[in-house]
Amino acid sequence: MSVADRPIVMPGSSGQVAEYPEHHYLNHSKGFLSWALTLDHKRIGVMYLIGVMASFALGGMFALMIRIHLWNFQDGWLENKTYNQVFTLHGAIMVFLFIIPSIPAALGNFLLPIMLGSKDVAFPRLNLMSFYLWVSGLVLFLVALSVTGLDTGWTFYTPYSIETQKGGAVLAATMGVFVLGFSSIFTGVNFIVTINTMRPPGMTWFKMPLFLWATYATAIIQVLATPVLGITVLLLAAERVLGIGIFDPKLNGDPVTFQHFFWFYSHPAVYIMILPAMGIISELMSVHCHKGIFGYRMIAYSSIAIALFGFLVWGHHMFTSGMADVTTIVFSALTFTVSIPSAIKVFNWLGTMYQGTVSLNTPMLYALAFIFLFTIGGLTGLPLGALSTDMHMHDTYFVVAHFHYVMMGGTLVAFLGGVFHWWPKMTGKMFNDKVGIISAAIVFVGFNLTFLPQFVLGTRGMPRRYATYLEEFQDLHRLSTIGSLVLGFGLVVAGLVLFHSLFYGKRAPKNPWGGATLEWECTSPPPHDNFASAPTVDDPYNFAGIEYDPKTGGYAKA
Amino acid sequence: MIYFMWKFRDRPGYRGSPEALHNTPLEITWTVIPTLIVVWIFWEGAVGYLDMTRIPKGTVDINVTAEKWKWSFKYENGGQNSFVKMGENDIPVLVLPVNQDVKLIMQSVDVLHSFYIPAFRVKRDVVPGRYSYLWFRPTKEGVYDLFCTEYCGDSHSKMIGKVEVVSQEGYKKALEKAIQEPEDPLERGALLYKRLGCSSCHYAGKEGAKGPGPSYNGSWGKTVQLENGSEVAFDENYVRESILNPQAKARKGYGSASPMNSYVGRVKDVQIDALITFIKSLEQEAAPAK
Repeated sequence: MSVADRPIVMPGSSGQVAEYPEHHYLNHSKGFLSWALTLDHKRIGVMYLIGVMASFALGGMFALMIRIHLWNFQDGWLENKTYNQVFTLHGAIMVFLFIIPSIPAALGNFLLPIMLGSKDVAFPRLNLMSFYLWVSGLVLFLVALSVTGLDTGWTFYTPYSIETQKGGAVLAATMGVFVLGFSSIFTGVNFIVTINTMRPPGMTWFKMPLFLWATYATAIIQVLATPVLGITVLLLAAERVLGIGIFDPKLNGDPVTFQHFFWFYSHPAVYIMILPAMGIISELMSVHCHKGIFGYRMIAYSSIAIALFGFLVWGHHMFTSGMADVTTIVFSALTFTVSIPSAIKVFNWLGTMYQGTVSLNTPMLYALAFIFLFTIGGLTGLPLGALSTDMHMHDTYFVVAHFHYVMMGGTLVAFLGGVFHWWPKMTGKMFNDKVGIISAAIVFVGFNLTFLPQFVLGTRGMPRRYATYLEEFQDLHRLSTIGSLVLGFGLVVAGLVLFHSLFYGKRAPKNPWGGATLEWECTSPPPHDNFASAPTVDDPYNFAGIEYDPKTGGYAKA
Repeated sequence: MIYFMWKFRDRPGYRGSPEALHNTPLEITWTVIPTLIVVWIFWEGAVGYLDMTRIPKGTVDINVTAEKWKWSFKYENGGQNSFVKMGENDIPVLVLPVNQDVKLIMQSVDVLHSFYIPAFRVKRDVVPGRYSYLWFRPTKEGVYDLFCTEYCGDSHSKMIGKVEVVSQEGYKKALEKAIQEPEDPLERGALLYKRLGCSSCHYAGKEGAKGPGPSYNGSWGKTVQLENGSEVAFDENYVRESILNPQAKARKGYGSASPMNSYVGRVKDVQIDALITFIKSLEQEAAPAK
């Protein structure tokens, strides 16, 4: 390491890092290969970020195609068959390529080592490998989906997925999922080991930032649940290729078994999606309220509780499938246990605002939007968990609206909040906060306009995955379509704000928001090695003595 | 939340306190109260569910068969459901007596389907390889919607029907009508075309070829192309074989469609004859594109 790579130490201020670094991880080395073969967790994180954002844009286009098709109750602009392929593409891309890797792989990779004050993750090579697995999974998956016209929905339910003569497509797509699963496992293993072994001296478990608690809980699920997906996919392949009867009733298999296998992974996967989002919100709420998080221990414990309970509730996707009554009732009871830790978190975030100093900037507004939308998503989960009401609402638009509130209103909005929050750290550029706030407002309005009508549609009996529908539902569908266009516009604005800042943004100070966690102690963007020497660890939520400095536009310890 | 956003907003001259990090009684309260609420919701849901799955005695039993992409119903006297026009399509009608417990014994011939009547708040998946049961008691005469709610392929959203709840008298009349099949082969063929579900894939109108399966019109007596490259005469034997063993000679361009199920054991010779008569009668119509 040359001298120039070290953060510049200003004379006189012992160990103080310069506000604007000359050398940082982005210009540490140049050329395509310096990115393609990098072991730097920050660069891998940035590559993931670009990848998942591109996947999201693709999935979003398909979402708009769906909504525009549903403008009229029949004779939409897509054929039924094409419509089925489009919703399959939308679901599969959003779930496997966007939501699951979004926060852990992109933001997690970038932040986790910095928050720990270490130079990198425990296994940098494994980290790079996980990225390439993700890329190859993506290629396999996209080729399978687009070339062969897969139309099974992202759930691949048997026996439809076995019987459909696009069998090759199912096989290729499931192979893609299999590879993506390994990418997810590698990231999980890496994070667990890093957090266990590389915490700096003084950082006990209960002095960890809550984002790390959430990432840790997520990594546990990734490592334990994802192999089951691999097994399921292998069994599916074995059935197709070798003709062993597992799920196909024609070969004495049982299609409901597939649903058990599938949801045993895919339900915990829901928590892979939402837990890191909760972690981001915990950080954002406390930093932008300039106040320590309320009930730290309860939030940390509830992350672990959600991770554990999440393994026990997969049956609630199958209440109408004809499971035994006892099984159904037990799953219903277990399902409700998950709602408690989630409710605790929401109350704690609100408690954090109490008597705080609330800065209403872009990341904070996304965080507040998250709390609002996630609460609606959570509360509408209760009538779905209760058996008698679920009988009516299962597989209707009520469910569609519910999981979009949790996944999109929850994870996506938190992801955006996180990207805005750490954008100055990642790129060293400040974005235009005013336009950012406008984007948050448009996204919020558009989102509710899209999905609130769908709750009403669902309670009136509109089933999911319908390319055509009865005329009585048309008005609500049109409202939802208008909302989706507004939402799409808001997301484009958000994207433009970020893009604009890359070229015209002001240079970011070290600590633009007044955070107390370690990532705000190194420069923006951080140097190649993050920290010259292991930093001293303080309480991550001690905001006393962090003062605004008008000279730099950032905050510094007084 | 909105109150907090206003009350504690960052503004000149205001500085919040970094205290207030913890309040055990408050935290216990907001854990215990939601717990009690969800226990209550769970209890209500479970009790309701048990009511919905305990089938009472003395029900009217109806057999339901789900298939890509139609519902068919068989009443206790062996009669089959009638149809009603909706737009271009004929959709099945299930007639039920009012104020009587009804039990559905449901099976699927191919993939997963799900039987859903929103107005009755009932839904149950129909799983191939086993029977599923559903019971309810219609209390109001009228016509209600019936949907399939488990994704089942191309025309999933066309797999809908109507449920007509009628008086006890009306139900008896409907049952009598349900066992009749017209004597005239052409009329019988036209009815079977809908009743056996051919109409959900095979088009028999005047507009050339459309729909997921090959159209019936304009092919009779001609030579048609097959998926494997050979040709076959479209005659009585070809129609019969295509009903009983649909994959044997798949038409060109339809090899990749969702496969049709065999009708072996589900259709009598006299019914095949009637269907042949029906298809024959379509010869004069405009020639299909393929």
